[in-house]
Amino acid sequence: MEANKVKELITAGLTVSHVEVADTTGTGDHFSAVVVSDDFKELSLVEQHQLVYKTLGNHLTNEIHALQLKTFSKSAWEKINLED
Amino acid sequence: MEMKEQIINDIETNSIILYMKGTKEMPMCGFSNSVVQVLDHYGVEYKDVNVLTDPMIRVKLSEHSGWPTIPQLFVDGKLIGGADITMELHNKGELLDVLDITTED
Repeated sequence: MEANKVKELITAGLTVSHVEVADTTGTGDHFSAVVVSDDFKELSLVEQHQLVYKTLGNHLTNEIHALQLKTFSKSAWEKINLED
Repeated sequence: MEMKEQIINDIETNSIILYMKGTKEMPMCGFSNSVVQVLDHYGVEYKDVNVLTDPMIRVKLSEHSGWPTIPQLFVDGKLIGGADITMELHNKGELLDVLDITTED
């Protein structure tokens, strides 16, 4: 699977304000992603990651063997980028 | 005991339990290894379960936890997360608080 396809699936399943997906090994099965969504507000990290996992359904563990994930609410993401 | 009951029982009776690929002595995956390194760094006691010994462990575990990937770290019966969340909590300095709750309640 291509990184763009992973990005499409996440974008289709979740209201996101920012998504970055990278193929970490160049083999189409290990990815890292940054996902920013206001749906993450008030959720625990586990719940935030579960929301992203849900958008990928069976693709995760079938074609996608690993997904390194960083999730941020919109305000947390803006804060980080201001500090940079 | 059926496998699902075994998993639920293990999660409830071990204050810290890590489902991983390989063993804590010999992790077979970089993500599992990173969690082992962090737990060892804090010197906490934990039970490790190698999901590679039987593919059904992983299937039944994910059914129970709603978490699709390995590793999975549980503390006091609660899913803390996989490698990313464990590392994030570690980097924020919050992991020790999460791990050190066995004497509460």
